[in-house]
Amino acid sequence: MTHYLLTVHGPAERNEFGNYGSKEEMEEAFAATGAFNDKLHAAGYWVFAGGLAPASTATVVDGQGETPVMSDGPYLETKEVIGGFWVIDAPDLDVALKLAAEGSKACRGKVEVRPFDGLA
Amino acid sequence: MQSGKAAVERVFREEYGRLIASLVRRFGDIDIAEEAAGEALVAALERWPESGVPANPGGWLTTTAGNRAIDRIRRDKQRDAKHQAALMYHDDTPHEPTGPIEDDRLRLLFTCCHPALAPQARIALTLRLLGGLTVPEIAQAFLVPETTMAQRITRAKKKIASAKVPYRVPEAGDLPERLGGVLAVLFLVFNEGYLATGDGDPVRAELTGEAIRLTRILRQLLPDQPEVTGLLGLLVLTEARREARVRNGQLVSLDEQDRAGWDRALIDEGHNLVRECLAINRPGRYQILAAINAVHTDAPTAPDTDWSQVVALYDQLTRLDPSPIVALNRAVAVAELDGPEVALALVDRLPLTGYHAWYATRADLLRRLGRSAEAKQAYDAAIAATQNSAERAYLSRKRGELV
Repeated sequence: MTHYLLTVHGPAERNEFGNYGSKEEMEEAFAATGAFNDKLHAAGYWVFAGGLAPASTATVVDGQGETPVMSDGPYLETKEVIGGFWVIDAPDLDVALKLAAEGSKACRGKVEVRPFDGLA
Repeated sequence: MQSGKAAVERVFREEYGRLIASLVRRFGDIDIAEEAAGEALVAALERWPESGVPANPGGWLTTTAGNRAIDRIRRDKQRDAKHQAALMYHDDTPHEPTGPIEDDRLRLLFTCCHPALAPQARIALTLRLLGGLTVPEIAQAFLVPETTMAQRITRAKKKIASAKVPYRVPEAGDLPERLGGVLAVLFLVFNEGYLATGDGDPVRAELTGEAIRLTRILRQLLPDQPEVTGLLGLLVLTEARREARVRNGQLVSLDEQDRAGWDRALIDEGHNLVRECLAINRPGRYQILAAINAVHTDAPTAPDTDWSQVVALYDQLTRLDPSPIVALNRAVAVAELDGPEVALALVDRLPLTGYHAWYATRADLLRRLGRSAEAKQAYDAAIAATQNSAERAYLSRKRGELV
């Protein structure tokens, strides 16, 4: 089994319904994502997952110097950012890609699949 | 008895795909497989010229390479246990059926043509691992620097290992779609050979030949997939005209080709394959393209061509694939049936600006309509857009003939 990081990418600027067009759309996507999460649990692929607060709430810390330097905002100023992610444990890339397609459909965003090199 | 370096290398090349595929299954690592195969070649080059090629050269190479791989794994194990864990990306249950067909080469072909790899990487990996072409050969065929091609292949192999691209024939439900990806790679390899880009040879027979060889293997492994049969039919019927297609470095159009120079054996084979497809009656893109080529190769002279049949087949293809390229090829047949004016009206509304065949088709139709000034412009655009030296020479001649 291999661990994969599935990241959901979407617009950095969110409206009152998150990244969604309306309250209904948002609720539908949340429900579909919840069902998908249940499936990951039931099939044994689930490791960890979560939705992230807006990128504007991020702080970058550079602790390489004598005193840590903080800066407000995300590391990269981009129009699209990671909005949430799953970590799954799957037998191979084909399974991971299929799950990513389901997750993408459920949460209505593009999903990047990236294998872990190792886990601590 | 064959001996000598050339004979050893020929056998090695023929056995390469099978050898690598079985080593990948056994050891779950492409690098180990390639290294062990290379060592087996060195051993064969030392032994065979003296002792002769063994009765079962493939078995000899597999055993020798397998022993070398085990030696290496033992060495690595002592050195780096963690590395070993990283190697275990392969299916741990290789003896259980994992797809409809069990063959190591088929598994490897699906790995090489995996949709998670970039199309160029799929082509390069397929030629390297299944075709046994060397990195410099592949680099030369695709006119990229050797280091670029080496990096492309290395990156793809790294992704296969770390993202754990499976070494497995897809399950029946996924097979048609994934098979489409494999056929597309084989067709691209063939096309690059048949109308090569760049200033080198206009035709690269080593690529067309390799595409046909790999498609033949695929057909042996998947005899019940009519699109595989269709692709093989399409490739052999196209290959049959290869010798007649270029004369003095200039492309010869289908109507001007010397049909006596066509390869009858390949045409007969292609016609049999097309008949087999028709009997199965599950048409697909490659089968229809093969049938169109069967109509062309069935005509003793160009005017004998059954153009209504060709148009009917393009109509059928359009229903499956309503792309402008199919529409362009259909228009060429329409020109023979309904005249160049009707065809030109079809061609002019296609969104294919920049595509050499679109300009070339327009140029030919305008020429036949006597609209020389416009034809010249279209030939100029076609000449600028093509990357094939023989096609450029042909178009230049046609343009020069205009009054």
